[in-house]
Amino acid sequence: MIGGLFIYNHKGEVLISRVYRDDIGRNAVDAFRVNVIHARQQVRSPVTNIARTSFFHVKRSNIWLAAVTKQNVNAAMVFEFLYKMCDVMTAYFGKISEENIKNNFVLIYELLDEILDFGYPQNSETGALKTFITQQGIKGQFQTKEEQSQITSQVTGQIGWRREGIKYRRNELFLDVLESVNLLMSPQGQVLSAHVSGRVVMKSYLSGMPECKFGMNDKIVIDKQGKGGATDDAAKSDLGGGSGKQSIAIDDCTFHQCVRLSKFDSERSISFIPPDGEYELMRYRTTKDIILPFRVIPLVREVGRTKLEVKVVIKSNFKPSLLAQKIEVRIPTPLNTSGVQVICMKGKAKYKASENAIVWKIKRMAGMKESQISAEIELLPTNDKKKWARPPISMNFEVPFAPSGLKVRYLKVFESKLNYSDHDVIKWVRYIGRSGIYETRC
Amino acid sequence: MTDSKYFTTTKKGEIFELKAELNSDKKEKKKEAVKKVIASMTVGKDVSALFPDVVNCMQTDNLELKKLVYLYLMNYAKSQPDMAIMAVNTFVKDCEDPNPLIRALAVRTMGCIRVDKITEYLCEPLRKCLKDEDPYVRKTAAVCVAKLHDINAQLVEDQGFLDTLKDLISDSNPMVVANAVAALSEIAESHPNSNLLDLNPQTINKLLTALNECTEWGQIFILDCLANYTPRDDRESQSICERVTPRLSHANSAVVLSAVKVLMKFMEMLPKDLDYYGTLLKKLAPPLVTLLSAEPELQYVALRNINLIVQRRPEIMKHEMKVFFVKYNDPIYVKLEKLDIMIRLASQANIAQVLAELKEYATEVDVDFVRKAVRAIGRCAIKVEQSAERCVSTLLDLIQTKVNYVVQEAIVVIKDIFRKYPNKYESVIATLCENLDSLDEPEARAAMIWIVGEYAERIDNADELLESFLEGFHDESTQVQLQLLTAIVKLFLKKPTETQELVQQVLSLATQDSDNPDLRDRGYIYWRLLSTDPVAAKEVVLAEKPLISEETDLIEPTLLEELICHIGTLASVYHKPPSAFVEGSRGVQHKRLPCSAGSGESVDSPETSSTAGVSDAPPAVIPSQGDLLGDLLNLDLTPTTTGPPPPAVSTGMQLGAMDLLGGGLDSLMGDESEPPPVPLRTDTPQSPQIPNQSPSPTDYSTSELGGDLGGNPAIGAGFGAAPAAMPASFGAPGSGGLDDLFDLGSGVGMPMGAYSPPKSVWLQAMKAKGLEISGTFARRAGVIQMEMTLTNKAMSVMTDFAIQFNRNSFGLSPAGPLQVLTPLSPNQSIEVALPLNTSGPVMKMDPLNNLQVAVKNNIDVFYFSCQYPISMLFVEDGKMERQIFLATWKDIPNENESQFQIKDCHLSSDAVSNKLQGSNIFTIAKRTVDGQDMLYLSVKLTNGIWVLAELRIQAGNPNYTISLKCRAPEVSQCVFQSYEAVLKN
Repeated sequence: MIGGLFIYNHKGEVLISRVYRDDIGRNAVDAFRVNVIHARQQVRSPVTNIARTSFFHVKRSNIWLAAVTKQNVNAAMVFEFLYKMCDVMTAYFGKISEENIKNNFVLIYELLDEILDFGYPQNSETGALKTFITQQGIKGQFQTKEEQSQITSQVTGQIGWRREGIKYRRNELFLDVLESVNLLMSPQGQVLSAHVSGRVVMKSYLSGMPECKFGMNDKIVIDKQGKGGATDDAAKSDLGGGSGKQSIAIDDCTFHQCVRLSKFDSERSISFIPPDGEYELMRYRTTKDIILPFRVIPLVREVGRTKLEVKVVIKSNFKPSLLAQKIEVRIPTPLNTSGVQVICMKGKAKYKASENAIVWKIKRMAGMKESQISAEIELLPTNDKKKWARPPISMNFEVPFAPSGLKVRYLKVFESKLNYSDHDVIKWVRYIGRSGIYETRC
Repeated sequence: MTDSKYFTTTKKGEIFELKAELNSDKKEKKKEAVKKVIASMTVGKDVSALFPDVVNCMQTDNLELKKLVYLYLMNYAKSQPDMAIMAVNTFVKDCEDPNPLIRALAVRTMGCIRVDKITEYLCEPLRKCLKDEDPYVRKTAAVCVAKLHDINAQLVEDQGFLDTLKDLISDSNPMVVANAVAALSEIAESHPNSNLLDLNPQTINKLLTALNECTEWGQIFILDCLANYTPRDDRESQSICERVTPRLSHANSAVVLSAVKVLMKFMEMLPKDLDYYGTLLKKLAPPLVTLLSAEPELQYVALRNINLIVQRRPEIMKHEMKVFFVKYNDPIYVKLEKLDIMIRLASQANIAQVLAELKEYATEVDVDFVRKAVRAIGRCAIKVEQSAERCVSTLLDLIQTKVNYVVQEAIVVIKDIFRKYPNKYESVIATLCENLDSLDEPEARAAMIWIVGEYAERIDNADELLESFLEGFHDESTQVQLQLLTAIVKLFLKKPTETQELVQQVLSLATQDSDNPDLRDRGYIYWRLLSTDPVAAKEVVLAEKPLISEETDLIEPTLLEELICHIGTLASVYHKPPSAFVEGSRGVQHKRLPCSAGSGESVDSPETSSTAGVSDAPPAVIPSQGDLLGDLLNLDLTPTTTGPPPPAVSTGMQLGAMDLLGGGLDSLMGDESEPPPVPLRTDTPQSPQIPNQSPSPTDYSTSELGGDLGGNPAIGAGFGAAPAAMPASFGAPGSGGLDDLFDLGSGVGMPMGAYSPPKSVWLQAMKAKGLEISGTFARRAGVIQMEMTLTNKAMSVMTDFAIQFNRNSFGLSPAGPLQVLTPLSPNQSIEVALPLNTSGPVMKMDPLNNLQVAVKNNIDVFYFSCQYPISMLFVEDGKMERQIFLATWKDIPNENESQFQIKDCHLSSDAVSNKLQGSNIFTIAKRTVDGQDMLYLSVKLTNGIWVLAELRIQAGNPNYTISLKCRAPEVSQCVFQSYEAVLKN
């Protein structure tokens, strides 16, 4: 298991050092600094073996987190734990920075003592941790016996992510369907690969221990119901649907630990008792019938050895009533660019020498529109034999729909012990589609 | 809250000041001081001098302060064991605290203090905490047992904590179960044979129930533990799989990977024709793909694992090629891994896409990545024949870029393409030659030289090109030197007139001016070949080369199996067994995949083989491996003459090689004006007796361009190395004929159906690096034969088979070499019949008919033992004269008589007689007394021992009685078994 955990700043100074196993000595701290942080070359692997000691590291801004072990540990678990550690720290004190870590080092030690025992990860749900690890540090003494046992049963219990006795005057929940659409397109407009990775983020402000059931237009569920003869259900969604498909094929999905996986496996229904506040209910991935919000048509021409002509057309491909925002097109330029002249129909475009790219920004763009940029790039003559690698043109944007076509059908809330019903809960749903890696080769 | 100030105190006298503050009356000041101490400790300052002062702060109600003091204690207790005792009282008291959080904290911390005296005091509180009413305390105590075990294993056993821990597996709280499982698994690892976890269907059921309820981390512990279990049958295996599959949808990648591990392992037991098997395969792909949208570090772990999974079960990911396409801003470690998997998945169906991608990658920035991409294009060409042409043209385009490392890499792979598709793409040689000057890496130079040598006849200035390399011969790396030597010899054989000088030059450079034994030996071999028999030299050096395999970098199958059992762990990331990077006893156990179901045979085989006397270690009678290997190598060619005639196809070559030993040597000495000053001169025709000199064929396996030395194994044989290697390497052209010959032999050999037992597995593939041998013995037309089926279950080609027997009771020994003519490619089986004689050395074995065998191939030497039916030793002239029979029967003392029963045999006495005769058991006389038939039988063994028998058959009674009389009574038992076997089959 994990033998020790170190946090370093960018200079390689140790900010936190916690050793769990006897086989990890102080020299491990230095070994990582010398061989990884101060290494001359770029890091070639997130797992490094130095003198039979394995180091796992992740980096958050300029902070290094390293887990150390001498055993054959579960590597996936170690990385998952490091990410979790980052989440927990962020939940407690915000951004992970040298300043914040130094300011909270006592707290971090306390957390490390709690969530990692002899190198075995323990309950690391912030909701539960916050009930007994507090920055005040004095809560322990004032707890009643009931409170104490409530804490311990929550930390170890089946529903470790939610405490009992939560009360809200207004029962409310927010669902955000956040998708990132990824595309790799050939210069000829052929889709080389495209997928949507989506997340359903839920903010729940519900009293008691509510039992929730979430439904979406999952093809498997809809088809099953269709077979069952519920024709009017299909008709209903036809009416409401408006744009796009009735159901979508989900390639794969993963769920927050509150979701009963065996139930999903057998009935494909998503039922759970949610944590309080914000959390990620599920992640999913689709590859079929994706709505690609933008199409990029590049045209790059090399005029002699010292000039490039670039023309890029973007076309929006969604309902005209919807507006895309924060559109940014990034056209890479060769390293030996000496000057650039740009003309664009819409928005602003600038050549950024430090980034070796022309950045074209458009604030808003409605569906079924088209816009164009053309640029002349002057090049310095070089005798570098290697050709310019022509990195792909990338795009960023945000659209108010889900490119996968996912629709939330319902989120039902049941709390039998308290007197509020599903109808009393105020529910909000929002769809945001963002560009992931959205690239067109040129 | 600005605790960062604690990090900045650097002034002198700090320790003294801290001491004062720690002893202050004010609580706040104390706490501040402890924080400063911890901060100093973190950055590596030695603050152990403050030990007593810090420990004094321990008695406090402030939980935060308490935790800080504990942290300090854990760090320094070991260096101050005597003072650490001061803390014991507080710990013991805290373990009784009404607040469960404090009880748990105390027991958790105590377990981290590695001081003997403290551990003694820990036992009682720990025992209480293990049975605490609060689950939080119990789950902490469970881990504490593992801590204590790490400090003092004996203590844990003596105190009975292991049993308490086992009980916790049935705890009502899932987290307690998970921690108990984790602790037990760890303890079990250091006691490989303790059966601590004692996994049985009941506990498995408990674990599976807890799996649904515990935290994500607990699920990982449980799944990792489940993976160590071996289900009893395919039904149990399926039911576990069914309950594990829902985990594939977990958000935590480690849970997913551990579930994949369990499924991959248990799948081995499911019959392939089961519907569920197919369903399961389909379910595995999506979660694996989803792992690729995780953070890059996890992607890396996932990709390393997918690489293993794809090798073991290619069908899972075969439609998922696209997800492995490299993204521009993937970290380099992700890019390289994706590329690897892309090549593994490349097939005719997706090759166009793959090639287009690879071409993109070849223009990227990262040198390693570009090189790998170029190499990948070459591998595609070799793997998918239809794409070869496109690949070659892509490579040519890349060569045109003139980017140095791209060109070199391209040349290396083009060489392989030439090997794979001879006489197809040689038109590009001219382009390659243009780039000769820019090559500065040994591998690329060697590849280019190989190409020049191989196609010397098509390159007009081949001699000039090679000569230019020769100038700096001694500065080249060995790889290039060896290649240059071979290439020039090839050139000489192709264009002898113009290149005599060149070849002399290189031979003398290699033999006289080099200290490298490989190079020198190869030089001498060529020299001698060329000077004795140029025709033979041509046939050897320019021999047809064996095919190169399509897949490269495959992990050796047994290692792969082990790594599959370690999915998700570091071993799967490093692609190395845990023993390679873990110190001490932990993780040294080798894990194995369970045997597949359905084929009950292989599941049972461990037992059958163990009854046959096979043990993992070579049996004690067999000399140590080294000696035996030496023996195997010393097997000279003489036995061949007593066996069947040498294989016709290889005679030409063989004679060439033999000639070398005979008269050829004289001419070498005579003709050469400057004979090499070599030990070879001492090689008179007895050279087979110089084992040290004989290069075993494996020595050459290091040569990068496999087989470029042409028939080097043959040369080896000529010098007295394993003779079997020779037919193996020459067999390729005409193996068919020889197989026929054997088929014929086996057809003729059974005039009356002599009994031969069915084939059984003698050597399991798992124990022999993928070589499986099953076989039987038979006597056909008076010749004893060992009939074997060799099956290659490994990924690489096997060649150079040889066989040797240990001394045995009847002096059985091979009458000729093992005739495996063609290299045995993966998944291929070959039938071999090895004629045996009984003139070998004799040693009594137990059981009498036990035979210990060593089989060698290009991979290793393997040992097994088998038992032969003694009936195959019954000779044809075993019919005794009646008079002599009578006299002998009387003559043999009665104590030498043994009686046996043959049960459930429903043959008439005549049928018995006939049947026995087929196996050379002769009926001398028959008598009928009171409805009872008495048969008098005789048998003669190869070593001249006679065994006489009286067989009583009562009409209507299926049980026969047999009395055996023999001067050597110890054979009776075996002979009886043969009677029984013959009669019942």
